[in-house]
Amino acid sequence: MKWYITKRLLMLIPVLLGVSILAFSLIRLAPGDPAVTIAGEHASPQVINSIREKYGLDKPLTTQYWIWLKQVLRGDLGRSIVSNEYVAKEILERFPNTIELTLVSMIFAITIGCIAGIISASRQYSVFDYSFMGLAIFGVSMPVFWLGIMLMMIFGVYLRWLPISGRISMMISFQRITGFYLLDSLITGNFAAFISSLRYLILPSVALSTIPMATIARVTRSSMLEVLRQDFIRTERAKGLPERMVIYKHAVRNAMIPVITVIGLNFGLLLAGAILTETVFSWPGIGRYVVNAVNMRDYPVVQGCVLFFASMFVIVNLLTDIVYVYIDPRIHYG
Amino acid sequence: MERTRETKSQELIRRLKYNKSAVFGLAIVVILILCAIFANFIAPNSPTPSPPELFKALKPGFWSEDGIEEMPLGADGLGRCVLSRILYGARVSLTAGFVAVGIAMILGITFGTIAGYYGGWVDAVVMRIVDIMFAFPALLLAIVIVTVLGQGLDKAMIAIGIVYTPQMARIIRSSVLYIKEMEYIEVQKAIGSSDARIIFRHVLPNSIAPVIVYGTLMLATAILDCAALGFLGLGAQPPIPEWGAMLSKSYSYIVSGAWWAATFPGIAILLSVIGLNLLGDGLRDILDPRLKT
Amino acid sequence: MKSKLFLVLLLTVGLVFSLVSAASAENILVFGSSGDASRLDPGDVTDGESIQRMDNIFEGLVEYEAGSVLIKPCLATSWEASADGTEIVFNLRKGVKFHDGTDFNADAVVFSFARQYDSNHPYNQYGEWAYWGYMFGDVDKMEKIDDYTVKLVLKRPNASIMTSLAMFTVNIVSPTNAEKYKEDAFKHPCGTGPFKFVEWVKDDHITLEANENYWRERAKLDKLIFKVIPDPSARLMALEVGEVQGIEYPNPADFERIKANKDLVLMSQPGMNIGYMAMNTGYGYIDENKNGVRDLDSEPLVKTPGYFEPLTKKKVRQAINMAIDKQSIVDNIYMGTAIKAKNGMPPFMLGYNDEIEDYPYDPAKAKQLLTEAGYPDGFEVTLYVMPVSRPYMFDPPKIGEAIQSYLAAVGITVKFYQVDWGTYLQETEAGNHQMCLLGWTGDNGDPDNFMNVLYGANACSIGAAGNYAFYTNNTVQELLSAALATYDEEKRATYYKKAQEMIHEDAGWVYLAHSTQNIVFRTNVKGYVLNPTSRKFFYPVWIE
Repeated sequence: MKWYITKRLLMLIPVLLGVSILAFSLIRLAPGDPAVTIAGEHASPQVINSIREKYGLDKPLTTQYWIWLKQVLRGDLGRSIVSNEYVAKEILERFPNTIELTLVSMIFAITIGCIAGIISASRQYSVFDYSFMGLAIFGVSMPVFWLGIMLMMIFGVYLRWLPISGRISMMISFQRITGFYLLDSLITGNFAAFISSLRYLILPSVALSTIPMATIARVTRSSMLEVLRQDFIRTERAKGLPERMVIYKHAVRNAMIPVITVIGLNFGLLLAGAILTETVFSWPGIGRYVVNAVNMRDYPVVQGCVLFFASMFVIVNLLTDIVYVYIDPRIHYG
Repeated sequence: MERTRETKSQELIRRLKYNKSAVFGLAIVVILILCAIFANFIAPNSPTPSPPELFKALKPGFWSEDGIEEMPLGADGLGRCVLSRILYGARVSLTAGFVAVGIAMILGITFGTIAGYYGGWVDAVVMRIVDIMFAFPALLLAIVIVTVLGQGLDKAMIAIGIVYTPQMARIIRSSVLYIKEMEYIEVQKAIGSSDARIIFRHVLPNSIAPVIVYGTLMLATAILDCAALGFLGLGAQPPIPEWGAMLSKSYSYIVSGAWWAATFPGIAILLSVIGLNLLGDGLRDILDPRLKT
Repeated sequence: MKSKLFLVLLLTVGLVFSLVSAASAENILVFGSSGDASRLDPGDVTDGESIQRMDNIFEGLVEYEAGSVLIKPCLATSWEASADGTEIVFNLRKGVKFHDGTDFNADAVVFSFARQYDSNHPYNQYGEWAYWGYMFGDVDKMEKIDDYTVKLVLKRPNASIMTSLAMFTVNIVSPTNAEKYKEDAFKHPCGTGPFKFVEWVKDDHITLEANENYWRERAKLDKLIFKVIPDPSARLMALEVGEVQGIEYPNPADFERIKANKDLVLMSQPGMNIGYMAMNTGYGYIDENKNGVRDLDSEPLVKTPGYFEPLTKKKVRQAINMAIDKQSIVDNIYMGTAIKAKNGMPPFMLGYNDEIEDYPYDPAKAKQLLTEAGYPDGFEVTLYVMPVSRPYMFDPPKIGEAIQSYLAAVGITVKFYQVDWGTYLQETEAGNHQMCLLGWTGDNGDPDNFMNVLYGANACSIGAAGNYAFYTNNTVQELLSAALATYDEEKRATYYKKAQEMIHEDAGWVYLAHSTQNIVFRTNVKGYVLNPTSRKFFYPVWIE
């Protein structure tokens, strides 16, 4: 077990190195002088020179890479051209917003997706099955940004039930501690703030959760169907266990194993979906930050966000693999 | 050889007929392709009238009395026919999808075959690169590539093509690995056939099934991602009638009551992607039962 | 058990969906802005979003009377100019404190000025001071005479310097605060104004609260929050449900909806602005001696990087003017929130030439002119399209697209070029563009602030141009310079009118529109006054 995790961690190193090379080359591949790319076109010659010195831009590429990598490992991602702020700091400021949105969406997606999948499988070919799976095909084909707009239109503009942009009502005084609004409002016992931030979370997270929800439902269903065909289930049934027991106690537990992989993979997709959802709902997270940065040609920010997103993605995949090993007794970690 | 392939395709059609959702998907895809090809005959108006008819801006469609007769789905913010732009948009989206998937196929098949067939360090290097590219959410990687290449539909297609390459490479590789172990390949090797001959005559033709299945499914996501880039302003530039760009230009009118300009392009995206997904799922069930999920 | 759970669930759902937001006893105004501030240092900002935050935190020596461009005392109680107009002595207000408790005095004033013009000043490195170079090039130095007296020394007389001093650029900042935060001072603004800074959550909001020790009466609002809502419809939605109490840049398409809602008030005023498309006529000069004036002998005309043969021809430029239906753009894109422009400055200004007859919309004539100029089949041209909405142009991409379609009808293919706003300005100032969308909002109400800045040959300096058509007509420049040197208003007006005739004939610009400035509040917001300069002061505002 330990060996497996060690091996898995070791395998991460080349991937992370590759990711860093890609992020590094982003600025070198951009048209123009890299010093100007990093400092911005308005920068004074002094600033450009200091950048040139800091990153050793007159040295060979490999040396440049090492210099840069060392800085990245120290947490120095450079400064934003637009705001002149440290990129790492700006990312950390926005990070809780994105994570809170993705986590809430994931919770939505897992709960509803799994339930729909289990119901569909246990009543294969029923009306439920057909309608859930029909909805699921809609879900996986959904343009998230369009769904977001439609949700805004229906629940925000016409029905006026929910707010359509922002993080929390400005009319509520609220103290941020961790940056996770739901958590902070609970810590401070601020019930009004909790409800308000929840209201602001609903539409974006529903939009964002659609694709993973549909995927999870489909995988849960097929995985359940497979398990239900297996011998031990037949044995349980033969023993006279009630069908509900069979399904919820034995089948579900076994069927969840492949679902976990899918959840892990979907977390990455969710981060990508967050780019669109945050743009639609003016959500102050990293997704919107990177889109703005691309439009503004703020290369250091794009580079920082790329590194950040990719590392998140890699780490989530690693965690999924580890959880998978813990859960699935059949895997021999060779 | 020829005869078996014919029976194979006949069998494919026969089995496809029994898969209702696949037939439905196929129908949507066929309609989509027809729209794309014959857009200039079907569309009631020009997608980019010149000079513009600004006075028609945001006029509603058939459901309203104020609507303009020749614009059944209403007009957008510049007075252009939404229906006509959607029809021409099918051309744009399909072309973009096909080009992107084409790029992914050419690159993916090349790398996948080399990695799978030769194995060893070549395989290790290619697969590590694939792993690295998998470490990026697809859309983010596409955005990064567009950042370097610059904005525009052509660049968006290239970016999406590159992003999908590793996926294609992985699929081809595993299929090649499977075929490589087959007896008749061993025989070919034994009688001294060249690698190129084996690859082109025997290995690749047998990998066609997964390529078709995943190509179809990839086409769906390519259209989706291309629209997403258009929505973010990084894809198609005006006045190209691209669905994602149409959406992003008109969703601010929803509050003013002009919901149609943003709603219909979205439905067009949704339907085409559903069609391709259903067709892809159906093809997978038939061609590649091993991959069934 | 189950039913209880259900009840709790129902209650939560009910709460979540309920529209009632907690009413607060405090007088809070949340203002929906279209974008975030870039920096919070008044000397180092150029964009409207940053400026509207600055204007409520900082103050200058003088300020404009509410709703006008007339000057009245603020941090200076009185002033006196020398006979030749090159020295002005200011008496400063006593007993004023910055938000951090520092005394306001001559040192603070000298600090705020000197850091911008003196490249050896230790704080000069922390900013770019763009507007200083733009508007205060005539200032030589600011000197301390005693603790509450300062002297402003000019390089040459400048009749508009007093109105310029009411600009945010020369607002007074706390030196102690600057010392404390150094390069990060722009994130911790500290002035003497009616509101003091509380927090800045990037891309989300900036909170200010009433300055309890304000030297005038304390502001009626307890808190002033600028919330960033980039999308105009989302802004309006937030206003309608009371999440915010005021918004800027409402979408013209929503005006009917706003007027129909009795909880909302739409405030409009003719704006002091012009939105146009400039066509690069080809030549600029390199300002070797950095004085903003073209020396006819030593600074020859050179081709701009965006030199494009067809646009150097007057007939082509006139044809483009005739190919675009400006009235239709004003009616359907500006949706009546603007008036069609025929000259490069607002009609209510001194010297506006109303006798000029605008180019008619006549594609056939345009086609004929193109043929005469040698382009019967048209050509392909690049148009720089602004990435942001400005007060003078609500939706540039849309206007760009409309122009694209109009020009296609006479055979001209338009390609778009878009970059971020900062780069956009820089590239167009350098003359990289063939055609570009731009405009101008007046700073001080003087016609010189339009004519000389935008249309004079002196403003064709490559890299710092304000004349984006690079229209280097020396006769026009002579007229404009003569007008600036004249105090007789009637005479001044004739010079400007003559200049406008020539500018019209040479057709370097397609003047599109003068926009109204619009702002929407909830009906219970009282006391707001629109300013011709589009600046936003919330000091007199309260909520009923």
